Amino acid sequence: MSSLEELYKEVILDHYRAPRNRGRLDGAEVHLHRDNPLCGDEIDLYVDVVDGKIVGLGFEGKGCSISQASISMMTEKLKDLSVEEAEGLATTFKQMMQGDDPSEPDKLGDLIALQGVQKYPVRIKCALLGWNTFLEGVKVYREKHPDASS
Amino acid sequence: MNPYEIRKDFPVLNQEVNGHPLVYLDNGATSQRPQVVIDEVKRFYEQDNSNVHRSVHTLGERATVLYEATREKVAELIGAPSPRGVIFTKSATESLNLVAYAWGRHHLSEGDEVLVTEMEHHSNLISWQLACRDTGATLKAVPVNDGATLDLKEFERLLSSRTKVLAVTHVSNVLGTINPVADMAAKAHEVGAVVVCDGAQAVPHGPVDVSALGCDFYAGTGHKMCAPTGVGFLWGRESILEDMEPFLGGGEMILDVWIDRATYNEIPYKFEAGTPPIASVIGLGTAIDYLNGIGMKAIHDHEVELTAYALDKLGQIDGITVFGPKDAADKAGLVSFSFGDIHAHDVGTICDSFGVAVRAGHHCAKPLMRKLDVPATTRASFYIYNTTEDVDRLVVALEETKKMFGDGGGIPF
Repeated sequence: MSSLEELYKEVILDHYRAPRNRGRLDGAEVHLHRDNPLCGDEIDLYVDVVDGKIVGLGFEGKGCSISQASISMMTEKLKDLSVEEAEGLATTFKQMMQGDDPSEPDKLGDLIALQGVQKYPVRIKCALLGWNTFLEGVKVYREKHPDASS
Repeated sequence: MNPYEIRKDFPVLNQEVNGHPLVYLDNGATSQRPQVVIDEVKRFYEQDNSNVHRSVHTLGERATVLYEATREKVAELIGAPSPRGVIFTKSATESLNLVAYAWGRHHLSEGDEVLVTEMEHHSNLISWQLACRDTGATLKAVPVNDGATLDLKEFERLLSSRTKVLAVTHVSNVLGTINPVADMAAKAHEVGAVVVCDGAQAVPHGPVDVSALGCDFYAGTGHKMCAPTGVGFLWGRESILEDMEPFLGGGEMILDVWIDRATYNEIPYKFEAGTPPIASVIGLGTAIDYLNGIGMKAIHDHEVELTAYALDKLGQIDGITVFGPKDAADKAGLVSFSFGDIHAHDVGTICDSFGVAVRAGHHCAKPLMRKLDVPATTRASFYIYNTTEDVDRLVVALEETKKMFGDGGGIPF
C-alpha cells in the first residue's frame, strides 16, 4: 500500500464523508471551541457526562479529512466510557500518533487506521485536534466537579 | 525568456519527489535559488568573509564593498532615488515592523487612525494592531467586497484628516490582486497620511518603481526573489527617515556614545544595528543581477501567460472556485482556489504525492479567509522556471484528488 493510501484509508474517508455524531449537543456538560492555527481548522466539541460516564458527544466545525474523520471516530469510541477510561484511550491514541508505544494498544481498534498519518508530520496535529480538545474538556469537567473520582 | 533553460540554473528542481519529477508551485512562500547565488554565498565565505563597516583590513573592505553594492542594486531595482533610503532587515515582516515601531510609536496618538486593508498579510496588519494598542490610535480596514479587489469608494470614505497611516499591500499574496497603490497614495497624501506599502509579492515578479508609486515606505524580501533567506529591505523616503527615531539600538547605528546617551549614525545605518546577514545580502545582490539578466518585464509577461493558462485549465475542473481577479493581466502570477468541500490540506497532501508542491492554508491572511468564507485555500504560485507543463501536472494531481474525495463519495461540488 502506498503511503498515500495508508493516509487515506477507507475507514477514514468513510468517517469524513459520513461523520458520526455531527451536530451540537444542547445542554452538554462540557463545550469547548478550539482552532488549529496552522490550517484554520475549527472544532466545537460537546461532551455530556452523567455520574462520571460519557453519555453523549457531538461536534461541529470545519477541517480536513484527517481532522474530521479523527473527531468522528473519537466520538464513537468514547461514548459510554467513564471519564477515566476515555482519558486513558485519548492518551494511548496520542502516544500512537506521536510515535511512542501506546500504553493500551488493544483498546485502539479501528483507530489504528490513523497511524498512517504519522508519515505526514504536519498532519499529526490535524489528527489530534479533536483528542486534544477532549483532554482539555476533561480538565474543564474536573474543575466543575472537583469531588468526582479521578 | 525560456523557462526550460532557466530551470537548469536551479539545482533543487532537478529531483524526484514521491516518485515524480518535482513541480514547485509554492513560490509565493519562497522561491528557489539559482546556482550562481549558491556559488556566490559559498565564494564569499571561502574568500571574503568578514564583518562590514568596521574593519580596516582587506577582507573587511571587500565585504563592505559587496554589501554596499547590493544596496545600490536594490535601490535601482525598485526605482529608489538613492541607496541612502534602503535599509537591510531580516525580512519584509521586520521592515514593516520597523516602520510601525520607529515611526508609528512616535507619531500616533489617541484620535489618530491607521488604515489597513482586508487583504493584508499579517505582517502589515498585526504590526499596526500593536502600534495602535500602544498609542491609542484606531485601526480601520479597507474592505474587499467583491472577493478580488479593494473597495475604493469605501477607501475614500474612510480617509480623513485623522488618517495618519495607510498600510497597503502592493500585491495580495492570496488573491494576486495588484492594488492601485499610486492612486491610493496620492489620495492618502492629500489628508497628510504616510503610505506604507508591502512589496514582498511584487518586487520578485515585475518592474517596481517606488518613485512612481508615491509611497513613503516600501518593504521587500530577498528569499522570494532567488536570494538566501534572512535578508529583507525597507525603502523609506529620506526626509522621513532622517527625522525618525532609531529601531534597534546597538553597534553600527551610533555616531558617539556616552553612558547615558548616544547620537545616531546617518541613514540608512541608523536603522542597521548589529551584524547584518552579510552573506545573504551579498547573495541578494547576485540574485538581482540574475533577475535583471532575464529582465523584470520579461518575468512579468511570462507569469501573466502562465497564470492565464492556469486560470483556463483550472476553470475546466468541476468544483474549483478561483479567488481573486479573473483576468491574468490584472493579477500577479498566482492562483488561489477552493475545491468543492475538499479541505486545502487534503488537496496539498495529494498534490505532493504526485510531486506537485502547492501551498495549502490561510496564507497568513486570516481576516481575508473569513471574508472569502473559507477555512483555507490552495495556492499555486509561479516563477521564472515554471512552465505550462507544470500547470498540466497540477491539473492531473487535482483530478486525482477529486477521484479520491469527490466521485462517488457524496462530497457536494
